Amino acid sequence: MATESVKYVAPETETQLQNQVFPRPGQHTTGIIDWLTTIDHKKIGLMYGLAALFFLLVGGLEALLIRSQLWTHNLDVLNNRQYNQMFTMHGTTMVFLVIMPLSAAFFNFVMPLQIGARDVAFPRMNTLSLWCFIAGGITLNLSWFFTGGSPAIGWFGYAPLTDNRFAEVMNDMGPDFWVFSLQILGIASLLASFNFITTIINMRAPGMTMMRLPVFTWMTLVVSFLIILAFPAITIALAELMFDRTYGTNFYDFLEGGKPHLWQHLFWIFGHPEVYILILPAMGIVSEVIPTFSRKPLFGYGLIVFSGIIIGFMGFAVWSHHMFTTGMGIVATSAFSILTMLIAIPTGVKIFNWIGTMWGGRIRFETPMLFALGFITMFMIGGFTGIMHSSVPIDAQHQDSYFVVAHFHYVLIGGALFGLFSGFYFWLPKMTGRLMNEKIGKVVFTLMFIGFNVTFFPMHYLGMIGQPRRTHTYNLGHGFEAWNQIATVGAFILGIGIAIGVYQFVSSFFDKKLKPAGKNPWDARTLEWTLSSPVKEYNFARMPIIKSRDQAWENNYGPKEKHSEKEPVDDHGVHMPDRSWCPLVTGAGLLTLILGMLFHATKDLETGVVLERDYMIPIIGGIVFVIGIIMWAIEGPGGYHLFPKEDEE
Amino acid sequence: MSDPATHAIEHHEPVTSTGIPSKKILMWAFLGSDCMFFGTLISTHLIYRKISATVGSTTVDIRNIFDIELTSFSTFILLASSLFMALAVSAIHKGNLKSTRWMLLGTIIFGSIFLACQVYEFTHFVTHEGHELTLSHYQDQDHVFGSTFYVLTGTHGTHVAIGVFWLLGWLVYSFTGKMSTADAMDIECCGLYWHFVDIVWIIIFPVVYLMEYAF
Repeated sequence: MATESVKYVAPETETQLQNQVFPRPGQHTTGIIDWLTTIDHKKIGLMYGLAALFFLLVGGLEALLIRSQLWTHNLDVLNNRQYNQMFTMHGTTMVFLVIMPLSAAFFNFVMPLQIGARDVAFPRMNTLSLWCFIAGGITLNLSWFFTGGSPAIGWFGYAPLTDNRFAEVMNDMGPDFWVFSLQILGIASLLASFNFITTIINMRAPGMTMMRLPVFTWMTLVVSFLIILAFPAITIALAELMFDRTYGTNFYDFLEGGKPHLWQHLFWIFGHPEVYILILPAMGIVSEVIPTFSRKPLFGYGLIVFSGIIIGFMGFAVWSHHMFTTGMGIVATSAFSILTMLIAIPTGVKIFNWIGTMWGGRIRFETPMLFALGFITMFMIGGFTGIMHSSVPIDAQHQDSYFVVAHFHYVLIGGALFGLFSGFYFWLPKMTGRLMNEKIGKVVFTLMFIGFNVTFFPMHYLGMIGQPRRTHTYNLGHGFEAWNQIATVGAFILGIGIAIGVYQFVSSFFDKKLKPAGKNPWDARTLEWTLSSPVKEYNFARMPIIKSRDQAWENNYGPKEKHSEKEPVDDHGVHMPDRSWCPLVTGAGLLTLILGMLFHATKDLETGVVLERDYMIPIIGGIVFVIGIIMWAIEGPGGYHLFPKEDEE
Repeated sequence: MSDPATHAIEHHEPVTSTGIPSKKILMWAFLGSDCMFFGTLISTHLIYRKISATVGSTTVDIRNIFDIELTSFSTFILLASSLFMALAVSAIHKGNLKSTRWMLLGTIIFGSIFLACQVYEFTHFVTHEGHELTLSHYQDQDHVFGSTFYVLTGTHGTHVAIGVFWLLGWLVYSFTGKMSTADAMDIECCGLYWHFVDIVWIIIFPVVYLMEYAF
C-alpha cells in the first residue's frame, strides 16, 4: 500500500518562468506578498471578513456616538451637522462595508467548498473585487479629513440634500466621496457576483446537481443575481449625480427642470433588492446551521430554495413601499402595498420550514445554534413590523419615526448580523482549524441578545409616541427621555457583546491553546466538512463524486450506495493557478482614478465656481488601470501542479 | 513518465458542469447586468422627455439641431459592423487567420466611423449657432434634454470605444503568431459584447432620435 500512494507523489514543479512576461510570485510565496497577490478564495474570504469586522467596529462606534447624543434632551455631544454625518456614515458603513462584505466573506470561503470546486471560476477577478472593496472603504472614510467632513446626506443621499447650494458648508466634498466610494464598491460587488454565478453554474463537482446544492450556495446564487440586476440602477443614479455635482447637468436639480423624485425611484429600485441582498445570505447560513444542530435533514429543502428565489424575484417589485408618502397616486401605492404583503408569504414559508426542521430533532444549544434561533425570533419581530408598514395608511403614520428604525434594526441586526455571527461560530473552526471557547461564545450571544432588545425594542414605543428619526435632539416634555436612556444603555451592552465577539474571532487565529477542530466538529452535513481544518490550498486532492444532498452526513451514517466516491488520480496532479500582481495594480489604478477625480477641480472658495480642471492624476490612474488589465490579459492564468497524497485533504 | 515540468504549461480546457465555457457564462451575466444599466439610462431619458417636452414647443424644438441623415448613416454603419464581427467569429472557428484579421479590421473601422460621427455630432450640437445644446442648457434655457442625451449616448459611445480597443487588442495579437482556434471562444465573447452594444443602439436610435419626429 505504501508504495502505491508514493507513486502519486511526484516532485512539486516550480512556476514555469520561461513563459512569463512579467515577474510573478511563485508557488512558495509567503508573508505579505502572498496576501497581496493571493488568488486563493479562502484567503480572499478571510481578508473580506477581517476588513468587514474592522468596519463593524467603526460603524458601531458611530452608532454609540449617536446613542450618546440621544441620552437625554437637548444634549450637545454632537452638533446637528455632526449628528447627520454620524448617521450617514453609520448607515453607509453598515450596509456596504459590513453586512455585504461579511456575506461576501462566507460566499468566498464556503461556497466553492460546498459545491466541490478547487476555486472560483475567475480567481484573479475575485482578488480584484476584494481590492475594489478595500479601495471603497478607504475612500468613504477619507471623507472625514476634507472640506465639509464626511457626507451629511443620509445613506439614501436624497436629492436635493446632495446639491451643494443647500449644503451647510461651502464646497462640501462629503457627497463626492460618498458617490465615488459607492461606485467602486459597486464594481467590487458586481465582479464578485459575476464570478459566483459562473462558479455555481459551471464548477460543480460531478453529481452535484442544482437540487443537491446546499441552501447557502443557493442563496449565494440568488443574491448574486440580485446584485447584478439591482446595482446598475444605483450605478447610473450615482453617475447622474456625479455629472450633476461635477459638470452641472440637471438630472436632480429641481430649479432647472430635474426631478428629485427620480432619485428616490432609482435609489430604491436598487435599495429594496439590496435589503434582500443583506438578508438572504443570513437565511442561507441559518438553513445550514439549524439542520446540523437539530440532527435532522432540512425540512422542505425544495420549498426553502424556491421561496428564496421568489423572494429575490419579488424583491424587484416592491421598491416603492419606501416612498408611500411621496404621493405616487392610489393605483401605484395599492399595487406596491399588495406586493409587499405577498412577499411575506415566501418568508413565512422559510420560517415554518426551519421550525419544521427543529421539530422532533435532537437540538444542541451550541453558540451557532443560539445565534440561529436568535435570528429566527428577532427576524420574525422585524418581519411583523414590516407587514405593518406595507399598509399604506399605517405607513403614513410610521414614516420617519423611530418605529421604522426599530423595524429595520430588527431585520438587519436581529436578522442579518445574528445570522452572520452564527456563520462565524459555525465555520471559523474550518478556517482556523481550532474550536472556539463555547463559554465566551455564549456570553457574546447573551450580551448581544439582551443589548439588542434593550436598545431597539423601546424604539417601537418611541416611534409610536412620535419621536422623529434623523433629528439630532429632542425637547423636554415629550416623554422621550426614559426610553432613550434605556436604549442607550442597551446599545453599549450590544457594543460590548460585539466587541468581545470580534476579539474572539480574530484571536482564534492565533490562540494555540484552543482545541483542534478536526474535520467535522459539529457533525455537520455538507461537503466542506469532509475536508481537513484548515482547508488545504487545493481543497480537494481528488474531486469527489456526489451521491446525495447531505454528503458529509451520508458518508458517516448513510447506506453504502450513498457514500461519495472520488475521481481517479490525475497523472498531471492538481492544477493550481499562479498568484498575480495584476489585480492589485488594477485596483490601485482605479483608486488613483477616483481620488484624482475627487480633487481634479480647483474651486473658488467664496462662490464654489470651478476655476480650473486638472485631469493629470485621473489620467495617470486610468493608465495604470489599463496597464493592469493588459498585463492581466498577457500573463494568463499561469499555473503549477501539486501532487498531494491521496488522503491529504 | 515524462518530466513533470513539461506538464505545468499544458492547459487543457477544464470540464464544466454545463459544458458551456465559463467565460461565456460570465459574458452573458455581464450583458444581463448591462441591460439594466442602459434600461436605467433610457428610462431616465423617457421620463424627462415626457415631463419637459422639447417637441411642440416653438422655443425648444430639439429638431432644430438634430441631423437625422447623419445619425441614420452612422446607425447603418454600426449595424453593418455586426456583420463583420459575426464573420470574424466564423473565420476564427474555421481557423482562417487571414480572414479573421480582415474581418476584425472591418469591425474596428466601422466602429471607429460610428465614434467619429458621434464626436462630430456632439461638437456640432454644443457649438450650433443659436441652438446650443449643452449638458445643462438648450438654446440658453435650463433644460434636462442635454443631460439625458449626452449621458445616455455618451455611455453607449464609451461602450463602443471599449469594444474598439478590445478588438484592436485581438488584431495586434493576431500578428504575434499565437492566435489559433483555441482563441475562438474568447473572440466569440468579444462578439457577444459587440452585438449587444449594437442592439442597444437599435433601441436608442428610435427612442432618442426618431421619436422626436414621430410624436
